[in-house]
Amino acid sequence: MKSASGSVLYDVPGPRARARNMVLNVIGAVLIAAAGWYVYDKFAQDPKGPQTSQWDPEKWKPFLEGDTWDNFLLPGIEGTLKAAALAAVLAMAFGTLCAVGRMSTIRPVAWIAAAVIEFFRAVPLLIMMIFLWLAPTKLFGADANVFLAVVLALMFYNGAVIAEVIRAGVQALPRGQREAGAAIGLTNAQVMRLILLPQALRAMLPAIVAQLVVLLKDSALGYIIGYAELLRQGNNIATNNGNLVPALLVIAAIFIVMNLALTGLANWIERRTRRRGRTAATVGHADVVPPAAGTGAAL
Amino acid sequence: MDVIIEAFPDILQAFWLNIRLALYSGVLALVLGTLLAAFRVSPVPLLRLIGTVWVNTIRNTPLTLVITFMLFGLSYQLGVTFSDTISENVFWLAVVGLGVYTAAFVCEVLRAGINTVDVGQSEAARSLGFTFTQNLRLVILPQAFRAVIAPLGSTFIALIKNTTIAVVIGVTTAEGINESSGLMRTLIEFNGDQTILIFAVFALGFVIITLPIGLLTSWAAKRLGGVR
Amino acid sequence: MRTKMMAATLAAGLALSLTACGGDDDDDKFKIGIKVDQPGLGLKESDGSFSGFDVDMARYIAEGLGHDLDDVEFVEAVSANRETFLENGTVDMILATYSITDERKEKVDFAGPYYVAGQDLLVRADDDSITGPESLDGKTLCSVTGSTSAQRVKDEYSDKVQLQEFDSYSKCVDALLGGQIDALTTDDIILAGFAQQHPGELKVVGSPFSEENYGVGLPKDSEDRDKINDLIEEAFEDGAWEKAFNDNLGDSGYPLPETPPTVDRY
Repeated sequence: MKSASGSVLYDVPGPRARARNMVLNVIGAVLIAAAGWYVYDKFAQDPKGPQTSQWDPEKWKPFLEGDTWDNFLLPGIEGTLKAAALAAVLAMAFGTLCAVGRMSTIRPVAWIAAAVIEFFRAVPLLIMMIFLWLAPTKLFGADANVFLAVVLALMFYNGAVIAEVIRAGVQALPRGQREAGAAIGLTNAQVMRLILLPQALRAMLPAIVAQLVVLLKDSALGYIIGYAELLRQGNNIATNNGNLVPALLVIAAIFIVMNLALTGLANWIERRTRRRGRTAATVGHADVVPPAAGTGAAL
Repeated sequence: MDVIIEAFPDILQAFWLNIRLALYSGVLALVLGTLLAAFRVSPVPLLRLIGTVWVNTIRNTPLTLVITFMLFGLSYQLGVTFSDTISENVFWLAVVGLGVYTAAFVCEVLRAGINTVDVGQSEAARSLGFTFTQNLRLVILPQAFRAVIAPLGSTFIALIKNTTIAVVIGVTTAEGINESSGLMRTLIEFNGDQTILIFAVFALGFVIITLPIGLLTSWAAKRLGGVR
Repeated sequence: MRTKMMAATLAAGLALSLTACGGDDDDDKFKIGIKVDQPGLGLKESDGSFSGFDVDMARYIAEGLGHDLDDVEFVEAVSANRETFLENGTVDMILATYSITDERKEKVDFAGPYYVAGQDLLVRADDDSITGPESLDGKTLCSVTGSTSAQRVKDEYSDKVQLQEFDSYSKCVDALLGGQIDALTTDDIILAGFAQQHPGELKVVGSPFSEENYGVGLPKDSEDRDKINDLIEEAFEDGAWEKAFNDNLGDSGYPLPETPPTVDRY
């Protein structure tokens, strides 16, 4: 079932099934075309107000102009990538630290790490971001730094998720790995650092990169607290040109392209690690990435 | 502390708003997501295409944008209105936005679940003459659902937290109380010296809501998921 | 291989953040905090230049203080950051629809006021049914998240008004033009900027129901304060103030107040 997607679920279509699928295809295509036309038409005429059509070329022209890209879109993309890149690096570090802590043999350390992970996983990113944004000013009268608020909030939440991914990776390793390490006289910390973590990180790389896609997308929340990222710049374009809907559509398209590129990178890394996976322990387990770690958390 | 006591009824209402958003959109996401998963494994090429495009588009769009589109596209342009009362209308638009978004994730979780069902199950069903829909409905999906209880739980937890983003289209109660992220912001703005306490209350609220769901689903996953 | 890859990612991330954090940080510039998303007041244009009443006033003051316009740098100052920007020296002065209040006076100094604004309503040009905050029953009123202006209207003037909150004025304006909401409320001069942007489609109702004194925000104990107060009075007299208004808001249908405000040398 894994190879040809879903093909085990139904018989190879015979002449009748093929004819039926064809008919369904055609009917479906007609329905989609009709829906598409309906949407197009409704966006062209405004239901109530004096506003012009959303397809008015004037509303789209700004996106073909270099100025708009130089002064809004490119700085916006830079702002988004800057925050996401820094947060990704920090989240990896924070996540590894928390994962190691939670698997520590020293009980209090494990408890504290578990509490930290569960706390940051439970608190909505937006709530964390708003807090980190307002707290410095309200508590110490210090500088409200939206950039840091965005980066730290992304780091805490995604780091906590990555910690659980890494832990799942370590737990999926065969017990023999740990035992062999102990047998040659390595301490617990050495076993973790030299044997378990490297293998777990490699096995879990696809899931980790999937989480980084989430991180990139979530950086758009920085918009709500006024960080000058892509969505906010899109809004500034709309303020300039009165083209809110086109601006939002363009911003969405840019986000989709960026995320697809990152996902493509993730798939490439996955193929590469699979082909390269020399460690016996990883090979067998590379695709046992539990859905809990991969898809479930990736929201 | 006085701030919290004074604002406590509002805080409860704010959380209740988030929970209601999550419940309605959760049901919508489950239905839509199952349908999408069925699309993605169906014998009809067009349905597979629809499923793939939906998932890849929605999953890669920030939720803020999806929800904004619900109001400015679905409601303002296409004229979909749920109620003449603004607070009602934006509530249901937020439900649709959250549901549409989460459905893409439910679909992918389910598809992973379908992959875990033993090939023999499907082969047996087909040899009994089951059609694709019968096979999916009676044999595959019931087993797939059991296999993905835990990740579906995580998806629902993420959905609850994501309801805070409904603030971008101004979701409020009929009395004008914001959902929790908006209310927290207002409370901190006006009671700066109590920032930590206010944040702690809201953070704790989400821990209280999400923790039992996590525990419950992993318990259910152990009880029901092991049957193979 | 793993270490190398991790190191590469780390390096790339750090490089990105470093180049971003460094950059244009030279202290020779005279830095002015403005809004960049308010047409007619402080707006970043598509070509990257800045325009608006606040911006023109800022240029006038900067020149009067002896700065060359080439040495002036405009920095976006969102409402929440204004005091901290002045306190930590991110900017040298702020003209960003900045109301003078006693609370703020504890942290920063103000010159001016250079304009007296008031909370008002923006409606569609053909809508004669809304004449003030009392006539909003059954209508829908828009405002931005985190401001209390709409709630004040509901509490004090019209309890049957429906409120819609967005995160930006441009969304309110879009919905107003589209007919989905009936009015937008905030300071009248900000509303005038949007009316100017959509001539013939939007109008300011023109019965302000509060008073906001826009001042020039300065760091505490700034030496320039008296000088700037002089410059503001000069702008009132030599016509620069009127020109700044007419250049940016002249077509909005919203009139310039007959007399300029009195500078408050507290």
